[in-house]
Amino acid sequence: MIEARFKIAKGGFVLDVSTNIPSNGVSALFGPSGSGKTTFLRTVAGLERHSGCYLKIDGEVWQDETRFVPPHKRAVGYVFQEPCLFPHLSVEANIAYGRRRSDGSGVSVDEAVDMLDIGDLLARRPSQLSGGEQQRAAIARALAVNPRILLMDEPLSSLDEELKSEILPFLDRLHEELKIPVVYVSHSADEVARVADNLVLIEKGTVVADGPIAEVLTRLDLAPAHRDDAEAVIDAVAGGYDEEFGLALLDFPGGRFSVPGPPIELGRPVRLRLAARDVSLTLERQTDTSILNIFPARVAGIEGTGEFQMTVLLDISGVRALARVTKRSASALGLSVGRDVFAQAKSVAVIS
Amino acid sequence: MIFDEASLSAFVITLELAAVTTAVLLLLGTPLAWWLARTDWRFKFIPEAVVAMPLVLPPTVLGFYLLIALGPHGPVGSLFESAGLQSPAFTFTGLVIGSVIYSLPFVVQPLQGAFESVGSRPLEVAATLRASPVDRFFTVAVPLAWPGFLTAAVLGFAHTLGEFGVVLMIGGNIPGSTRVVSIAIYDHVEALEYAQAHWLAGTLLAISFAILAVVYGLNRRFRPVRL
Repeated sequence: MIEARFKIAKGGFVLDVSTNIPSNGVSALFGPSGSGKTTFLRTVAGLERHSGCYLKIDGEVWQDETRFVPPHKRAVGYVFQEPCLFPHLSVEANIAYGRRRSDGSGVSVDEAVDMLDIGDLLARRPSQLSGGEQQRAAIARALAVNPRILLMDEPLSSLDEELKSEILPFLDRLHEELKIPVVYVSHSADEVARVADNLVLIEKGTVVADGPIAEVLTRLDLAPAHRDDAEAVIDAVAGGYDEEFGLALLDFPGGRFSVPGPPIELGRPVRLRLAARDVSLTLERQTDTSILNIFPARVAGIEGTGEFQMTVLLDISGVRALARVTKRSASALGLSVGRDVFAQAKSVAVIS
Repeated sequence: MIFDEASLSAFVITLELAAVTTAVLLLLGTPLAWWLARTDWRFKFIPEAVVAMPLVLPPTVLGFYLLIALGPHGPVGSLFESAGLQSPAFTFTGLVIGSVIYSLPFVVQPLQGAFESVGSRPLEVAATLRASPVDRFFTVAVPLAWPGFLTAAVLGFAHTLGEFGVVLMIGGNIPGSTRVVSIAIYDHVEALEYAQAHWLAGTLLAISFAILAVVYGLNRRFRPVRL
């Protein structure tokens, strides 16, 4: 468990944050640029020292009124926005740099190299690597110091779309294989939906909400549910495959999604993204429709979004989802809290 | 034989002075340049101005004050005497002290520039990789700033080779002890021995050019690296 209580005043900007980050899984610090996310991360790593900060990791105080553990004595792995490999060292020597100075336990160099698939690059200089390869090497380097917590500061933001999609599978892998908590800073909803288990929503230097991502993204009192690209993330398990039509069958507590695409290994957990604008509502179950995914749901909340639209929070057997409807439709269907409806998902994406 | 014994000894003293001065300057200038590059102190322009003073001061002004300070009655000289040592005026030690001050900006400024261009990010990265401040300095800052060290060492050396006014004021032109090439040339010209003056001056010119050409050539190939 990471307990952070920071009160930082920095040239007109105030970061006033009090949050507990769970010691497993990926916690995303999500918010617009300039909201204080990077300052938070740097303070956790000890790269910035401010008075009025309290930081405790797994029962060990790293900073309070009297104590300040210097950065090189904090067991963190830090991945910066740019890869920042040492240009005077080979990839291998970059990874060994931190490893030699760590206690030598945890993820070994070989494991880190395997996890990020950089075995072929070890002898090269950073200048001979693509941006994506450099960032993978930087992640391996951060893992090899046996951190108690991995801090990632928008690790994909310096990469173009193609390189991002090259790195994302490795992040999924970290998510599955790492036993340490990860704090992931991002302003990209897509990235966060893909990698995070917990979401700390940060705006203008304060924590607006924190909790499991499925909940925070769909809370109607928070900004993400009202964005154009508002979405729900739903965890499901691969339960079968329809060979004839090429549909992956993915089970979740509310039923079974059919998603066109290649087969997924049975029993594998997957994460689905369901955009609010792709969900429509009916009062009766439609039968003659092209839509495959229809689930009974109950309206758990409804709020106006902008001038003309409403966002509906749905409870599909305990799973939260959002639907974006026009004010007119909301009125025509008589949507109100407690109303039973059918949610039709026009499209759903497997994101990891 | 092109050079007589006196000229040879002047060359030896000159090279010895330049080498010792460069070594002392790298030892003292590196921490100073590091501090200047890294500090947020708002009055850092004061030490920066002091370091740059020898660039604009007439060497005789510097030499004059040094002579007073290093002489037997000066603050530094009396300190030496009370420790049972000879006061450094008119000695090789005195020349080294004078040269270190005179060539300070030529060493500190390239080093400071190199450290500044390395920036704080590589050091932060090293800190998150468990490297202590001293460790980060030697394993990250120095290797990344090495073109600056090369420039600093060569400029400090070359500048000391060509020093005249300071040496004349505090060295006393003692053959075999404090008589350097630049002063030997001056003496030859005074005595209308133009042939000897030519040989010495030409050799100094060639050495200085060769050194600077090497430095600029290397710096073209190895630009200071940035992360």
